[in-house]
Amino acid sequence: MRVALFLTCVNDTLYPGTGRAVVRLLRRLGHDVEFPSGQTCCGQMHLNTGYRRQALPLVKGFAETFGPYDAIVTPSASCGAMVRDWHPRLAPRAAGVASRVYELTEFLVDVLGVTDVGASFPHRVTYHPTCHSLRMLRVGDRPLRLLREVRGIDLVELPDAAECCGFGGTFALKNPEVSAAMCADKVTAVRETRAGALCAADNSCLMHIGGALTRTRAGVRTVHLAEILASTEEDPL
Amino acid sequence: MSAREEILRRIERVTPTRPAAEVAASYGRIDRAYRRRHHDGDVLDLFAERVADYRATVRRVAPSGVAGAVAECLAARPGSYGVPSDLPPEWVAGAGAPLVRDPSVAALDGLAGAVTGCAAAIAETGTIILDHGPAQGPRALSLVPDHHLIIVRAEQVAPDVPDALERLDPLRPLTFVSGPSATSDIELSRVEGVHGPRTLDVLVVA
Amino acid sequence: MTMPTYVGMPSFPDAARRAVADPRLRANLARATTTIRGRRADAVAELEDWPALREAGRQIKDHVLENLGHYLRLLEEKVAGAGGTVHWARDAAEANRIVADLVKATGESEVVKVKSMATQEIGLNEFLAGEGITAHETDLAELIVQLGDDRPSHILVPAIHRNRSDIRDIFLRAMDDAPEGLTDSPAALAEAARRHLRAKFLSAKVAVSGVNFAVADTGTLVVLESEGNGRMCLTLPETLISVMGVEKIVPTWRDLEVFLQLLPRSSTAERMNPYTSAWTGVHPGDGPRDFHLVLLDNGRTATLADEVGRQALRCIRCSACLNVCPVYQRAGGHAYGSPYPGPIGAILSPQIRGIGSDVDASLPYASSLCGACFDACPVAIDIPEVLVHLRARAVEKGPRHPLERVAMAAAGWTLRSPTRLALAQRGASASRRLVGRGGRIRRLPGPLSAWTETRDAPVPPPESFRAWWARTNGGEGE
Repeated sequence: MRVALFLTCVNDTLYPGTGRAVVRLLRRLGHDVEFPSGQTCCGQMHLNTGYRRQALPLVKGFAETFGPYDAIVTPSASCGAMVRDWHPRLAPRAAGVASRVYELTEFLVDVLGVTDVGASFPHRVTYHPTCHSLRMLRVGDRPLRLLREVRGIDLVELPDAAECCGFGGTFALKNPEVSAAMCADKVTAVRETRAGALCAADNSCLMHIGGALTRTRAGVRTVHLAEILASTEEDPL
Repeated sequence: MSAREEILRRIERVTPTRPAAEVAASYGRIDRAYRRRHHDGDVLDLFAERVADYRATVRRVAPSGVAGAVAECLAARPGSYGVPSDLPPEWVAGAGAPLVRDPSVAALDGLAGAVTGCAAAIAETGTIILDHGPAQGPRALSLVPDHHLIIVRAEQVAPDVPDALERLDPLRPLTFVSGPSATSDIELSRVEGVHGPRTLDVLVVA
Repeated sequence: MTMPTYVGMPSFPDAARRAVADPRLRANLARATTTIRGRRADAVAELEDWPALREAGRQIKDHVLENLGHYLRLLEEKVAGAGGTVHWARDAAEANRIVADLVKATGESEVVKVKSMATQEIGLNEFLAGEGITAHETDLAELIVQLGDDRPSHILVPAIHRNRSDIRDIFLRAMDDAPEGLTDSPAALAEAARRHLRAKFLSAKVAVSGVNFAVADTGTLVVLESEGNGRMCLTLPETLISVMGVEKIVPTWRDLEVFLQLLPRSSTAERMNPYTSAWTGVHPGDGPRDFHLVLLDNGRTATLADEVGRQALRCIRCSACLNVCPVYQRAGGHAYGSPYPGPIGAILSPQIRGIGSDVDASLPYASSLCGACFDACPVAIDIPEVLVHLRARAVEKGPRHPLERVAMAAAGWTLRSPTRLALAQRGASASRRLVGRGGRIRRLPGPLSAWTETRDAPVPPPESFRAWWARTNGGEGE
């Protein structure tokens, strides 16, 4: 099985640690993973802002870059949903590649059949199920099943977990007041858990909530799920 | 061009009208994988429970006990009661309260309540349906007075929505009643009692 | 294609900004929507076959839209055959004219009204007022809105932005027969409305209603309600005028077995709403002697022409999407500048009105695309899909945003090439020492400052993943 990492442009540029964590995790589980260097962006920002024509070359570029791979793993539910749900609608020929895209927790649980990945993370953590993981990809409780197996973790439930954090891509810029109000409620919920770390399967949402957490000096750090799963006793995060 | 022609022309441009047989065939292909009923077992128990959930009172009585139960219900809210003239007389024999047969609409607001039968009922949803046929009177009779006592015969209770609709003639005027008048308009919380009858009593004859 | 009341509305972000700043409004909305959300979830969970009901509802509605001409002709024939008169209206102006003329023909100058979205949409009350006809709203929430000289902010509960003490104040101020010492208990408020409207119901000669469902093959019209004001309006007056959008049709009586399960549970979270009335034309000796049905287009056929957008016409006006929407909960209904607020309004208003105005061009963006609306919709309208679709149309046809265009074109150019992306990433990494004091960016320039008003921005890492991968030969060199 040839496995490609579709890291996403946001992670590539701003959160390389998440990419390194996925590579480390998959190698630890015995699977090599390649990073096709032709990859850039799935086109979600353009499509969701109304610039459909600008998104089309990115859709085609994705299909060309990832065409040769059997499985394409991404640590972003949002970009994963963009590829799987939208690429076939925008370019029917992209359907084949799109169907081989897996969000990281889907790949681990459904393809590799593991929930205990041998991770260790002795901290109090709360998990925010992002909208696109929940309601587009429908990853369900896969992330939680993986987290529950992590050694030493103190996993606490996030109140109103399924509520959107208010990021929504350019929504946060076009409707900043509503977005900030949604984010403020999410921050309140996170603080109520008294967790030291907020975890999610999408760095874009973590960037949003994390930006408000540091601004309000909440003392809660944000960690991508992949980084927790990559962390071990020998080599902690 | 008339509005009718223009609207139909706009529609034709997008979805040309197909022959009726084709429309019927396409209608027949609609996937109806939903259930015909959601509960097995005693529909009368379910019906009583579901009616009571709306804060209506519901009692099961034997045929011989109807008159006594009616008299008790009416005594709780004294005054004159409107009844359709074809209401089975044995239901209101010895009712105690003065009865007005087929009252005029103008007289309705002065009545304490109305006593009627029904056409069908739905156990799953606790709904009673009047088709304003025998023993039910016209629609206004059971609407304007503040108290409505409905007598439901056991065999009129359908287990669920689909069976109930099958029993009805859509060409008749129909009123579906699920509990007393209510509103959710204040802070989205249900409050009983606005314009329709604020008290709903139901007798199930079994 | 107009909704006269709402002309000149500010764009959604401007209106929402004011709403978000109103703590009382936000508290009222949060309380009401959180209550109904949980109850709706319970009511839906009670039926194990909900997904199958939802799918059947979707298919029935789609079937009607695909055969709309056929079913409209059939409905017209059946209503006329049962003693009703059918009128057709291309737009709001035509529908208003028809209704006003019908009222005038009776010689009356007052009508009672049962809550109807279609008549809100066409601005009927305002039009009738201009013709010297007073329309009395009889639904409790509509009455609150009318007495408060306010606008509706929710499809089901138009006064959702008012709490009980607001409502008491409005009644005491504007209801001529409000009881002295009226309290703010919901039961007392409901009682006051009952007394206020009773005489009007008993004396009204003309009523105006909407329609929830119109059964094509029998000509039967169906109205669902809670309070009994609907039954009063549909039964007591001599003349009844019902206005319905052309998409409200179901093919057969049997189809109601689906919608009478879907609608009450989605709407008020009840197994069944207190009252549903069905009538077919005129029933001798029972109810109105004169019945008129006005079939309204007003942008619906234009919506039908859009293959992606037409699914909005499946809507059965339950308002579940409003109640679950995090944006609606904070921005409130007025910000949507339309009688159709919330997610469904964001896709319906720009389609039936066109995307020309600022408010209509901004509505498709009034969503974080979180998808809660799609999950809650009982007829499976993929609202996020239509929002994204309409955004593309807003960019093509709406007001111009030159700066955004340039930024999107530049981003597109950069992202089309991995080489250019790598170059941009090196630039970002190089800037990190300049921008990231204390490991955070507290202020970004231009439009990006909207982000840093309330949120720090991430500081770029020393090297991108791509650079790390190249430098370490895929991590081998670490």
